[in-house]
Amino acid sequence: MKSGRQLSSSFRATAAALGLLPFAVYVLLFLAVPTLIAVGSGFVDTNGEFTLATVAALGDPVVLATFASSFWLSALTAIVGAVVGAIACYALLGLRPDGPLRVMVDSLSGVLAQFGGVMLAFAFVATIGIQGMITVYLRDTFGVNLFENGVWLYETPGLILPYIYFQVPLMIITFMPALQSLKPQWAEANATLGGGTRSYWLHIAFPVLAPSFLGSLLLLFANAFSSYATAAALVSQGSQIVPLQIRAALTSETLLGRSNLAGALALGMIVVMAIVMTGYSLLQSRAARWQR
Amino acid sequence: MKRTLTLTLAAAAALTLALSACSSAPAPVAGGVDAATATSLTAFGELADLEAAAEAEGTLNVIALPRDWANYGAILDAFSAKYPDITINEASPDGSSAEEIAAAKNLQGQDTAPDVFDLGLAVAAANTDMFAPYQVATWSEIPDALKEASGLYTGDYGGYMAVGYDPDAVPAPEKLSDLLGSDYKGKVAINGDPTQAGAAFAAVGLASVQNGGSVDDFQPGIDFFSDLNEAGNFLKVDPTPATIASGETPVVFDWDYLNVSYGTQLEGQRNWKVVVFPGTGYAGYYNQAVSKDAPHPAAARLWQEFLYSDEGQNLWLAGGARPARAEAMETAGTIDTALFDALPQTPETTVVPTEAQAAAAATLLGEKWAAAVQ
Repeated sequence: MKSGRQLSSSFRATAAALGLLPFAVYVLLFLAVPTLIAVGSGFVDTNGEFTLATVAALGDPVVLATFASSFWLSALTAIVGAVVGAIACYALLGLRPDGPLRVMVDSLSGVLAQFGGVMLAFAFVATIGIQGMITVYLRDTFGVNLFENGVWLYETPGLILPYIYFQVPLMIITFMPALQSLKPQWAEANATLGGGTRSYWLHIAFPVLAPSFLGSLLLLFANAFSSYATAAALVSQGSQIVPLQIRAALTSETLLGRSNLAGALALGMIVVMAIVMTGYSLLQSRAARWQR
Repeated sequence: MKRTLTLTLAAAAALTLALSACSSAPAPVAGGVDAATATSLTAFGELADLEAAAEAEGTLNVIALPRDWANYGAILDAFSAKYPDITINEASPDGSSAEEIAAAKNLQGQDTAPDVFDLGLAVAAANTDMFAPYQVATWSEIPDALKEASGLYTGDYGGYMAVGYDPDAVPAPEKLSDLLGSDYKGKVAINGDPTQAGAAFAAVGLASVQNGGSVDDFQPGIDFFSDLNEAGNFLKVDPTPATIASGETPVVFDWDYLNVSYGTQLEGQRNWKVVVFPGTGYAGYYNQAVSKDAPHPAAARLWQEFLYSDEGQNLWLAGGARPARAEAMETAGTIDTALFDALPQTPETTVVPTEAQAAAAATLLGEKWAAAVQ
């Protein structure tokens, strides 16, 4: 009896592993192998010989400045996105979970969190570009010039709005489950023991939500840090963020022989992403305690 | 667990093998001629023999030829009309020169690899090990300055760096410094990033020679764009016919033939005038090269013969570009004079940077550009 159960459970484990096989092969071929090849290219020179010079080029002031602007852009849009998204989640709590507005916001968030790249860039160009609808309306109706001191939409600051545009919905998707896990019994217990709203938030809600919030914040940071297509479509000068530097190193027809720098830059990005995602999974496992 | 991992690895390995087993057919030998080693038409005999060999291959792979660039659309169509038995595959029309070389390396040995290249000088000079030397029948009529002696790469068409502008949006600029004025606030764009794109690089080159610098020293050009940025006039969007049509980019630094073609494309939608500033002009030529590993070596060589024929050269001219054989054709009376006379007025002196000068300028731009236009 007992041995029979064991056998079937080990058979089940094997079957489950086999079920995972196609996905594992897919990830290996299209994610792990290309990543290793890309990073590996940072350690060879143009003749294919081992070198550390390319990786040392990560200390170049131009590259460092690029990493810095990637950092502040990702951090800023992650913080704004997380705060705005968390407030939106809190507002949604007041709605019936199966109500039409709630369903609409949920599905809209699912779509908009993935709305990036050329489409998003075009949406912004069409609305607040130089000839954009809103720009022209403001100029003709109120005499307000959005681009008084130069056209910021096509520079690094111009990436802030489009990035926030997909950061907020992503925050709603990732943070909503944590907010929903706040049990009404806890509020009741707090009230029974003579606590008020302040003590509820201070001693119960905030400590429970903090790991989820910080985890989502890190996820948003990683999301912005690795975004490429939106920036590539909007910014054509200076390659101010790391993914654009990688593009420049790979496709430049004026600065030649720097394709290996792309591998070194990718290594730098992977290190940052690894740290962020490790932090995210640690915080998630901590947050999971309250979501059962 | 361990066994499933081994299984996974084995399956992955098998799949990888299946994926990498690509066809690598030996170069076809037509009429006893190995097209892949032919360095001129004489290896085949007559043009008809080359045509027969190319038609036997039946395919030509071209890469990074935008149909609205130097009239390439009409050139590809004319070739197809002339040789209906040869199918042209156009890959990544908007790719850069560097991407053409990368594609040839990545697709080496496959029948989808590019047969021919159209490259900026820096990329052509840096990758001669990728090319097969070939001298077209009209080789002697191409100026020496425009060709690599053995025919590894050959200048095909070129032009002057020019400024295109919308006369309804801005006053006509007569010299470079005019663009710093308040009439041009948020309106001046260049075609790409000079650390990546040849046309943008040439825009900085033109600004240098017009701003007290030279092809030996691009710093004054970088300084000019830095001032342009300070004034709030520099618009950092990549101009395309679409941005010009919408009025997003009213002033664009680009090759004269591209600027001219924007005007013809947008006929009736937007006025577009082109000016080549007087004084020192900055010119640049693109280059043709045949891939050493061309899957269709005869078709690749026939394409070259077509491009350097009177017909091919006049087609580039129709796109506003200056074909390599322009002088010889003018002498012979085979050039389309109406088109030739319609080209923008050439400046008194013309500079073209050498390979070394271009490399030095590129290095300088790599260090200084991003900070200069922040």
